[in-house]
Amino acid sequence: MWTDPRWAEAFSHLPDYLGSHVRVSAAALALGLAISLPLALIARGRPLMRGALLGLASVVQTVPGLALLALFYPLLLALAALSLQWFGASFSAFGFLPAVLALALYSMLPVLRNTITGLDGVDPALIEAAKGVGMTPRQSLTMVELPLALPVMMAGIRTAAVWVIGTATLSTPIGQTSLGNYIFAGLQTQNWVFVLFGCFSAALLALAVDQLLALIEVGLRAPSRLKTAIGALGVIALVAATLLPGLAATKTAYRVGAKTFTEQYVLSSLIAQTLRAQGLTAATREGLGSNVIFDALKTGDIDVYVDYSGTLWANQFGHTDIRPRAELLDALKADLTRSKVTLLGELGFANAYALVMPRDKARALGIKTMADLAARAGGMTIAGDYEFFSRPEWAGIRRAYGLAFKAQRTMQPDFMYAAVASDEVDVIAGYTSDGLIAKYDLVVLDDPQAAIPPYDAIVLLSPQRAKDDKLRAALQPLLGAVGIDLMREANLRASSESPDAVARWLGQNRADQGAR
Amino acid sequence: MVPSPLIAYEHVGKGFDNSRIKAVDDLSLGVAKGEFLAIVGGSGSGKTTLLRLTNRLIAPDAGIIRIAGKDIAQVDPIALRRGVGTVFQSGALFPHLSIADNIGITPKLLGTAKSDIAARVDELLDLVQLDGAMKHRRPHELSGGQRQRVGVARALAASPSIVLMDEPFGALDPLTRDALGDDYRALHRQLNLTTIMITHDITEAILLADRVAVMRGGKLLAEGTPAELAQTDDPYVSELMSTPRRQAARLHALLPREGA
Repeated sequence: MWTDPRWAEAFSHLPDYLGSHVRVSAAALALGLAISLPLALIARGRPLMRGALLGLASVVQTVPGLALLALFYPLLLALAALSLQWFGASFSAFGFLPAVLALALYSMLPVLRNTITGLDGVDPALIEAAKGVGMTPRQSLTMVELPLALPVMMAGIRTAAVWVIGTATLSTPIGQTSLGNYIFAGLQTQNWVFVLFGCFSAALLALAVDQLLALIEVGLRAPSRLKTAIGALGVIALVAATLLPGLAATKTAYRVGAKTFTEQYVLSSLIAQTLRAQGLTAATREGLGSNVIFDALKTGDIDVYVDYSGTLWANQFGHTDIRPRAELLDALKADLTRSKVTLLGELGFANAYALVMPRDKARALGIKTMADLAARAGGMTIAGDYEFFSRPEWAGIRRAYGLAFKAQRTMQPDFMYAAVASDEVDVIAGYTSDGLIAKYDLVVLDDPQAAIPPYDAIVLLSPQRAKDDKLRAALQPLLGAVGIDLMREANLRASSESPDAVARWLGQNRADQGAR
Repeated sequence: MVPSPLIAYEHVGKGFDNSRIKAVDDLSLGVAKGEFLAIVGGSGSGKTTLLRLTNRLIAPDAGIIRIAGKDIAQVDPIALRRGVGTVFQSGALFPHLSIADNIGITPKLLGTAKSDIAARVDELLDLVQLDGAMKHRRPHELSGGQRQRVGVARALAASPSIVLMDEPFGALDPLTRDALGDDYRALHRQLNLTTIMITHDITEAILLADRVAVMRGGKLLAEGTPAELAQTDDPYVSELMSTPRRQAARLHALLPREGA
């Protein structure tokens, strides 16, 4: 098990992922404390405000971490736009900032609650004594109440730290590198080594921080200066040790984005490897949400990534009409130019929805196109993924070919292919670049009416890279070099190899194809 | 009434719960310089409220309290409390501070130099008859009697002329209580203090104080030396004053005579 090369690969990412994870967690916790502690002090003795604060913090807690993080991205994007308009200066709404803000908000409840209850728990006789010996309210707070409440407050800080470290793994989709990169990449590419590695390293980090903070808490309760000092030094040493490699690392010139599915991990890895082969420095920013990645490119938070023409056409620019391939690409180019994004070119394959059935069965029934299918559909069952039957593509092909199936079923994508191969269903709505098409010897039915919009894989450059000739030249060999069969094979390999390894394979085989 | 008292309560009133409960009701009383006054009363008699009014932990609804002729409502409450020593019920020492830091707290608040505070702490430990080595310990490491001696030392640290004591010896065992009471009375004389002590125990009040004031339902029922109070017409005060003698008679009957 330990000889699996994926362990070594996982380890090679550790300094970067762990360092970023600690950086974002520490910043979020510091910000959370800086907000919560004064708020708790102000709310003390104000029952109305106190109720409102604790209520609000509890509500924040019920928002799933992933959603909270995702919500901060568009919010900051809007704020950045406003700030640019009003002050002429903007900031990056990508990665670090939204992650820190969302995690800080997440950390507030335990800190607020424990600070308030800790201060409430101070013996009233001691507060009276503090007053009686001549302390001002502030002196009573700093010399008596806070020191006595400190152990309880520390317990809250511990809880907050563990929550923040755990939840920080979810900041990957908004562009913040974290230990979650292992988990997101691993889940998408079925790389359980990565998933395990990510979970264990995050858990270990949380456990270590919790134990060190516990030592400080015990030291404060005892009280023992030694224990408090050891705990504090341990936390400082841990943070420093994880951050130092990050400081020493050379600044990478190019950041390559990837969405949250296997093909994207492979392609971003391919681009990064291609750039490095040309002597450029490159790093990947993986697992970005599909709503995040285009904005990240537009604002220059990433430099290059691969998207699909139909996705941008419908989702990013809001068009509802479907046009032929070449025409759509031209129109899309114009849209992109207005956003100052450069469409460098096509990779050579498309990842579109397509109706797929076993090759033998199609041949036997004489079905080559969706039009051929129409006559037989009445006796057939179709399966699609969770969203297919509510998508415009489905409405489009039904309208264009008059398709009416006997039944339709919804399935998880991985099972869909096996189901059609074993005759459990007759046709599925698959994805053209999926490796399982080759594995099960399936065939993609033609779409002569062009009812399904084209989803050509295209390479996009950020505005500030528009005139970067070195980058353009380095990427040139990839254009038109990744055909559909090659991509299917690569996607199939990615179920048992790491994206980096598959990208290397793709790079080697791409060369032949490019020369053809 | 003592002429030109150091502490004077003039028609003082204080209500709680929107004045539905009169904790202190139109009370007038004077305490002379150097006097040891005990205020005796049951729970709810208003004795603790009166004490809290004296160092402005709370403010009166009616009347005036003067210290050395000055209306304390016109005095900064923080400065007032730093100038008046207070001994709290069962010590109320700060558990997170050492004995030395507890004793030195008021001088520290007053900005006294560290070396002066250290010297003062040693002096006070000696004064309240505690071992000097105790100063590095924390309150929970001391016995109840030791803690209350520290409480007395803390109250005396800034050399006040007035000391307020809220049931100071209530929670102690009888032997400790006796010793502590006698020792404090000696300190009171030695340092020429003016002391107001709250207690529910008439025997303790008679044994320690120069003068005793009896409170009930927020009102001052009677005040005077123990001998004067013994002559009272008030049935409650009379009953109260006869208690120690009655107890003594019973004890006398129950215990074998010394040397017998």
